[in-house]
Amino acid sequence: MNPQTVEPRMKARIALSVNDQPHELLVPVHKTLLEVLREDLGLTGTKHGCELGECGTCTVLVDGEPVLSCLALPVELEGRRITTVEGLAEGGRLHPLQQAFAELGAAQCGYCTPGVLLTAQALLAAEALPPRDRIREALAGNLCRCTGYTKILDAVELAALRLSRGARAGAGR
Amino acid sequence: MMRLPPFTYVAARTLAEAAAALAEHGADAMLVAGGTDLYPNMKRRQFEPKVLVGLRGIRELAGVRGSAREGLTLGAGTTLAAVAAHREIVTHYPALATAAGLVSSPQLRNMGTLGGNVCVDTRCNYYNQSFEWRRAIGFCMKKDGDVCLVAPGSPRCWAVSSSDTAPALVSLGAAVRLVGGGGERTVPLAALYHDDGIEYLAKRRDEIVTDILLPPVDGWRSAYLKLRRRGSFDFPVLGVAVAARLEGAVVRDARIVLGAVASRPRLAEKAAAALVGRRLTPELIAAVAELAAGPSKPLDNTDFTHPYRKKVTRVFVARALRALGGLGDAGRAVEAIA
Repeated sequence: MNPQTVEPRMKARIALSVNDQPHELLVPVHKTLLEVLREDLGLTGTKHGCELGECGTCTVLVDGEPVLSCLALPVELEGRRITTVEGLAEGGRLHPLQQAFAELGAAQCGYCTPGVLLTAQALLAAEALPPRDRIREALAGNLCRCTGYTKILDAVELAALRLSRGARAGAGR
Repeated sequence: MMRLPPFTYVAARTLAEAAAALAEHGADAMLVAGGTDLYPNMKRRQFEPKVLVGLRGIRELAGVRGSAREGLTLGAGTTLAAVAAHREIVTHYPALATAAGLVSSPQLRNMGTLGGNVCVDTRCNYYNQSFEWRRAIGFCMKKDGDVCLVAPGSPRCWAVSSSDTAPALVSLGAAVRLVGGGGERTVPLAALYHDDGIEYLAKRRDEIVTDILLPPVDGWRSAYLKLRRRGSFDFPVLGVAVAARLEGAVVRDARIVLGAVASRPRLAEKAAAALVGRRLTPELIAAVAELAAGPSKPLDNTDFTHPYRKKVTRVFVARALRALGGLGDAGRAVEAIA
C-alpha cells in the first residue's frame, strides 16, 4: 500500500473522554458529537436546537473551550476532554453557576440553559470577575428566547462573586 | 434531528496525505478544517461529498510565525479566536484581528479556522436554505437548478462573498500559499477569487490553502467595519476594510476593499488612488467615500435592502478613514451597525 494513503472510514472505533469518564464507541463517522452524546451515551442534557451553528444551545466544552457539538465530529475529538452539563455538578452539589441560575430564575423554559452554563463556566475559569460587558460578549453565541438575558447576566455575576469569595476563603485557610 | 448525510472520513496527518486523498477521490472529496461552514452546508445538502479529508491532524497548519517587522505567516488551521486574540495581529494588523473577532459567535470562532473563512462558501437568500425549501422554489443554479433566482436572466450566479477576513487580508496586501499534488505556489490573496458565485475560488480542486502571509507592517494602519443585523452570529452583508500608510497627515499608500457586495472581495481602486499624496481632510474623506460606493453593487439577495447596503458603504469608508487618520472615532476599529 502507498504509505501516503490513509484509508477512509465509514465507522470508527473512538475513545472519548466525557465528564472525565472514558468511553469506547463504534459509531458512524458522520454522527455529530451532539448525536453521540444524546443517543449513544444517554447524556440528554446537551440540547439540540438549530443544528446549524446558529443558536448555541448544543454548546459543550472541549478542553475547557466552548464549542458547538452539532458541528463537531467525535472522530476529530479523540484524546480531548469533553464536558457536558452533566459534568458541572460535583459530588451531588450544584455548581455555583447552576445554584445562581436556580436562585435568580435565570432559566425559564431552560432549553438554552445547559449551553449557557457551560459557556459561562469557561469564561469564569479564564476570568474570575468579568465585567458585565465581557459576560455579554462571552455569551454572544447563546440565544435565549425567554429571559431577555438580564437574569442570565445577573446569575453569572452572582456565581462569579461567590466563586471568587470561595477561592479567597480557600486561599486564606 | 438535522443529520449529516453519510460519508467516509480520511484523517490526514500530513499535507502529502491530504493532497493524495484529494487526488484519489477527485470531485467526490472535500476538505474539512473547523467544519463550521461545511457541516451546515452538508446538512442542507448544499454540499454532498462522499469523502471528507480532515485537516485537523496536520500540525504544520496551525499557529502564527514571524513578526510584524518581517511579516507574519498564519497557518490556515489557526482558529479565528486565536487570530483575533494574537497580540501582534491586534497591534499591527487591526483590520484582521477585528474581522476575525467579528465572525459569527465565540463558539464558532473557537472551531472555525482562518483558512476556512478565507474559503467560506458564497451565500444567497435562495441558496442558504434547507433542501426542502430549495426544492419548493425550484432550486437555483448554484445547486441542483439552472437559473439564478436573484437575476433570472443572468448567465451567472450572484451569491455573495461572505468572508470577514478576506477583505481585511486583501487590504493588508496578504498572500496565500497553496499546496497541491503538483507542488506549491504563493499568490496574492486577491488572486484567489473570481467574481462568480459558484466558481468563486481560483484554486484547483487538489490544492490546499496552507498559509496566509502578511507583509511587514511597515507603517500601515488598518480598520475593518462590518454591517449585519445582530451583533453576533450574522454573516456580513457589507464589510469595509481600509488600510493606509500615512506620513503625518499625508497618505502615501492606501487600499480599500469591500466585502459582501460581490461574489469576491472587491477593491475600490479609484477611491484608494484618490487618497495617495493627499492630506486626509474631512473633505477628502467625503469625496473618497463617494468614490468607494461606486464599485459597491449589492444585489437583493442578503439581509437588509441593497440600496441601504450601498449607502452604508459610504458611511463605513468615511468612518474607517477617520479612524485611520485619528480624526474622531477614536483610532480603534470598531464594529458599527448603522
